[in-house]
Amino acid sequence: MTEMFRDKVDVSLTVNGEPVEARVPAGQHMIDFLRLELGLTGAHASCEHGVCGACTIRVDDDAVRGCLMLAAQADGTEVWTIEGLTDTNAIRDLQEAFVVRNALQCGFCTPGMLVAAEELLSKGGTPSRAEIREHLSGNYCRCTGYEAIIDAVESVAQGRAGKGKA
Amino acid sequence: MKASAGGYARAESVRHALDLLAGSDGQGRVLAGGQSLVAAMNMRLSVGDLLVDISKISELSGIAVEGDTLRIGALTRHAQVGTDPQVQAHAPLLKDAVAHIAHAAIRNRGTIGGALAHADPAAEFPACTLALGATMHAEGPDGSRSIAVEDFFEEVFTTALNEDEILTGITLPIAEAGEMQILEEVARRSGDYALVGLCLAKRAAGHRVALFSVGPKPVLAMGAMAALDAGDLDAAVDALSAEIDPPSDTQASAAYRRHLGGVLLRRAVARLKGDAA
Ligand SMILES: Cc1cc2nc3c(=O)[nH]c(=O)nc-3n(C[C@H](O)[C@H](O)[C@H](O)COP(=O)(O)OP(=O)(O)OC[C@H]3O[C@@H](n4cnc5c(N)ncnc54)[C@H](O)[C@@H]3O)c2cc1C
Ligand code: FES
Ligand code: FES
Repeated sequence: MTEMFRDKVDVSLTVNGEPVEARVPAGQHMIDFLRLELGLTGAHASCEHGVCGACTIRVDDDAVRGCLMLAAQADGTEVWTIEGLTDTNAIRDLQEAFVVRNALQCGFCTPGMLVAAEELLSKGGTPSRAEIREHLSGNYCRCTGYEAIIDAVESVAQGRAGKGKA
Repeated sequence: MKASAGGYARAESVRHALDLLAGSDGQGRVLAGGQSLVAAMNMRLSVGDLLVDISKISELSGIAVEGDTLRIGALTRHAQVGTDPQVQAHAPLLKDAVAHIAHAAIRNRGTIGGALAHADPAAEFPACTLALGATMHAEGPDGSRSIAVEDFFEEVFTTALNEDEILTGITLPIAEAGEMQILEEVARRSGDYALVGLCLAKRAAGHRVALFSVGPKPVLAMGAMAALDAGDLDAAVDALSAEIDPPSDTQASAAYRRHLGGVLLRRAVARLKGDAA
C-alpha cells in the first residue's frame, strides 16, 4: 500500500519569475533545493530548525522559513529569493540603505533580513522602531548589534512614505 | 543535519488524506504548516515518516461564525487568526496569542490545527482553547467525532487524536457581551516559547484560568477560578501555586515558574479591572 507515497516528488513552480520543473527528494527542504539544485546560494541554511532566519525567502507573497518548507510543498508556488529581488531592482532602496547605514558586516544574515524587512515595508505606512524590531525578531545577526539594521529599515519606510506623498 | 522522509504524498481531500494514513502501515504522519514537523525532521528527531501533506486541502482552512459558535479550520494559519476580524470580535484571546507565537515568517505558515495536534506544553493555542472551552473536531476512517478540550491534551506532544485521524477544526463559544479575555506570558525574547503563560476569561458565569508551560499539558486552574469568582485575588494566587507543578529545566526553575504564575494572574486581573499592569 505504501506505493502511494513517493520518495521523489515532481514539482512545478516559478523561481524569481522563471518556470522550474524538478523532481525533488521527499525530505529535501527549500533551501537545499534552491542552493544545490538551482545554484541560488543567496538564502542560507544555518540552524535548519527555524530559529535564525538566515533562510528567509518569499513564497506567494509571504516571507517564510526556507528550511521549514519542503521543496515538495512548493508545487504551484511563486518563489522569490534575494537573487531575483536584486535583479528586478525590487528592493534597491533597501539594499542601498543597508550599505549606507552599515547594516551588514559579514552579510550572512542579510538575504534573510532583507526579505523579512521587505515584507514589513510592503504593508505600507511607517512602522515604529519597536514594530521593526518585532518583525525582525526572528532574524539573527551575529555582527551588527541590530541598531544599524533598524536604522536602515526605518529610513526606507520614511523614504517610501515621503515619495508616496510627493 | 538533513531530514529523512520515508515518502511523501499530497492529499487532495480529507478522504484522500485518511486513505493515505490508513495505507501507511503506521508510518504515516500528517504534514500541515511544517513549522514543528520539518524542524524535527531536519534534526532527525523524526525519521522515516510517510508524509501526508494536507496543506493544500482548502476545505480545512477558514474562519466562520455559525450561530453562537466560531469555527476555525485546522489549516488556518497563525497569521490569519491574528488578523481576522471575526476572531478579534469573538475570540480576542486567540488574536492576542498570535502576537506571542514565534516570528512573522513562522506565523505565515504554521497552522492552528498543527499547533493543537503538536501539543507543545509551552504553546499558546492549547491553553487558549482550554480557557475558552473549545471543542476539537476530528475525522477518521469511521467518520467524524468531537472531543472536548478537557479530554484532548493528554501528555507532552500527545493528544486524544488517533494515528489514523485528522484534526479538521475547532469550534468555540463566541464571546458574550462584556466578556473579557486576557493573555499574559513571560518569555526571554520576543517569539520564544513562554517560560510561563496564563489565559484568563471572565464571563457572566465566572472566571476561566488556563496556564501553559507549567507541566506536560495546559492546566485549568479550578482553585484559582473559584477564588476569583469569590473576589479573593490573594486566595486565587495561593490556589494557583498549589495546583500547578511546573518543571525545572534549562530555561527556568520550578520555583520561578510557580512564582511567575502568580505574577501573571495578578497582571491579568489588573488588566480586567482596567489598570495598566
Ligand atoms: C523557532 C520557532 C519558534 C516557535 N515558537 C512558538 C511559540 O512561541 N508558540 C507556539 O505555540 N508555537 C511556536 N512554534 C511552533 C509553531 O506554532 C508551529 O506552527 C506549530 O507548532 C505547528 O503547526 P504546523 O501547522 O506547522 O504543524 P506541523 O509542523 O506540520 O505538524 C506538527 C505536528 O502536528 C501534526 N498535525 C498537524 N496538523 C494536523 C492535523 N490537522 N491533524 C492531525 N495532526 C496534525 C503533525 O503530524 C505533527 O506531528 C515555533 C516554531 C519555531 C520553528
Ligand atoms: S536556517 Fe532556517 S531558520 Fe535557521
Ligand atoms: S552581518 Fe554578520 S550575521 Fe548579520
